[in-house]
Amino acid sequence: MAGYRYDYEVIAQWIEPGEKVLDLGCGDGDLLCHLIKVREVRGYGVENDPEKVTACVKNGINVIQADMNRGLTGFVDGFFDHVIMSLSLQAMHNTQGILAEMLRVGREAVVSFPNFGYWRHRQSILNGRMPVSRSLPYQWFDTPNVRFFTIDDFEALCARCGIAIRKRLAFDEGKVIVDEPNFLASMAVYRLGRDEIV
Amino acid sequence: MTEPQIEPQSVGVVAPTAARFDDVLHLRSGDRLDGYELVYETYGELNAARSNAVLVCHALSGSHHVAGRYAGEDGDSSWWDNLVGPGKPLDTRKFFVIGVNNLGGCSGSTGPRSTNPATGKPWGADFPFVTVEDWVDAQARLAERLGIDSLAAVIGGSLGGMQALSWTLQYPNRVRHAAVIASAPKLSAQNIAFNEVARQAILTDPDFHDGDFYQYDAVPERGLRLARMVGHITYLSDDAMGEKFGRTLRHGKALYSYDVEFEIESYLRHQGDKFAREFDANTYLLTTKALDYYDPAFTHGGDLVAALAAARAGFLVVAFTTDWRFSPARSREIVYALAHNGRDVSYAEIDCPAGHDSFLLADPQYHAVLSAWFDRIEV
Repeated sequence: MAGYRYDYEVIAQWIEPGEKVLDLGCGDGDLLCHLIKVREVRGYGVENDPEKVTACVKNGINVIQADMNRGLTGFVDGFFDHVIMSLSLQAMHNTQGILAEMLRVGREAVVSFPNFGYWRHRQSILNGRMPVSRSLPYQWFDTPNVRFFTIDDFEALCARCGIAIRKRLAFDEGKVIVDEPNFLASMAVYRLGRDEIV
Repeated sequence: MTEPQIEPQSVGVVAPTAARFDDVLHLRSGDRLDGYELVYETYGELNAARSNAVLVCHALSGSHHVAGRYAGEDGDSSWWDNLVGPGKPLDTRKFFVIGVNNLGGCSGSTGPRSTNPATGKPWGADFPFVTVEDWVDAQARLAERLGIDSLAAVIGGSLGGMQALSWTLQYPNRVRHAAVIASAPKLSAQNIAFNEVARQAILTDPDFHDGDFYQYDAVPERGLRLARMVGHITYLSDDAMGEKFGRTLRHGKALYSYDVEFEIESYLRHQGDKFAREFDANTYLLTTKALDYYDPAFTHGGDLVAALAAARAGFLVVAFTTDWRFSPARSREIVYALAHNGRDVSYAEIDCPAGHDSFLLADPQYHAVLSAWFDRIEV
């Protein structure tokens, strides 16, 4: 799923120079490479695909081979400034658990995911077929995705779990969508936190 | 007789060297060695800047003979030949690789078999206890002797991994990278238990003579054999053992005897016999105690994060999914403690069926990670 540079640019803007960053599902480490270059972050990636782990080592990116579904139990509370999951949440079974873990080990979480409610996807369903697009590039029988949700679904979950949405940016193929994102955006990026309970 | 063919990626025919040290080595036990010898081998060339040296630390039964073979010898007697050589993960075209036999060993460095200058007899049971930290101190002196101020890397598996980790804590400014493989920040109670069974097998062998068996021209072979058999059970995974030996009966049926019937019995006896012929019982005892005592967090109230704060090196930590002697969970403790100190660390968990022994094999994924890691090291 590499190549969504507009996703990376947004994430970089939300991160302060020198932060400690954890990237879940870091692939070959290209986002961390980018963040090290433009924000000089101290970054670690979590990845479970052996070849991608090797690619990270080749790229000089700190990578920890682990299954994210099993949690981030090795990290202490609040260790990271930001915990990022770029276009992987839809491939996680334990959605609530992983979000809770991200906000435990990180001050903030940054999450991006493909919007299943995108109008082209709706049109595809209306035509009787599961959507296949740039943001959902798999056939129904070989997709690694296990959770199919919309921007509105995600925000409802955040409300239910007491997760504060600090910022949201929605895109259609790189173009920012301000109105009707649940219908017009193919992808969304969120900056999440926990509101202080006074 | 023609020399056997040397495979193109081999370091070829090698020979050990001995280095004599006459300065006192103060040991963690409070004891001291007034002088000692370390036997070592090197592969590749030390560059002009002396910046390309990699130290390979051995585990319980290893030695300085890491790669290649000795003149006049058929097969490879070296223990990590698949790692070290031109074009191999630890590439001798780039690196100057050092293997050293640890103090207290039985492959040439000063140990219980050596003559105690105070008595003129073999040290035997009087050889002082040596720890992982003591070994690293001695290795650091050897590096100094070779004119190496800073190691490009130190690598080791199992007990060797403990030495690699310890290097980064004892000499943080003299080692730039460390590969800690199939290792642990300390042994578990279960691990110590296995070591204790092995030690008791040796200590209770009548041929042990309280460690002074050399004088009686005896060898506690029964004890060594049992110790090694227990060890080998823990080095293999249940699956690997089942795959390799299963319940295969040598005679196809039960003979109702205590001779070798199941193939696993044959394997363990073979390994035990071979080891009993070659290895020194006192070295085995000392080495397992060094394993048991290793615990860098002990002096930090058990806080591994605090213990590893001194490290400056970039780390690669590798564990194997089927290794239950040094399980991946133990490696992860090291990884997270390093990450919490903000150190550079990568962790690979290799899906290899061979248990603890996996670290000596050439699993493609394992070697790919090692190659990628060594390739990035600047010399």
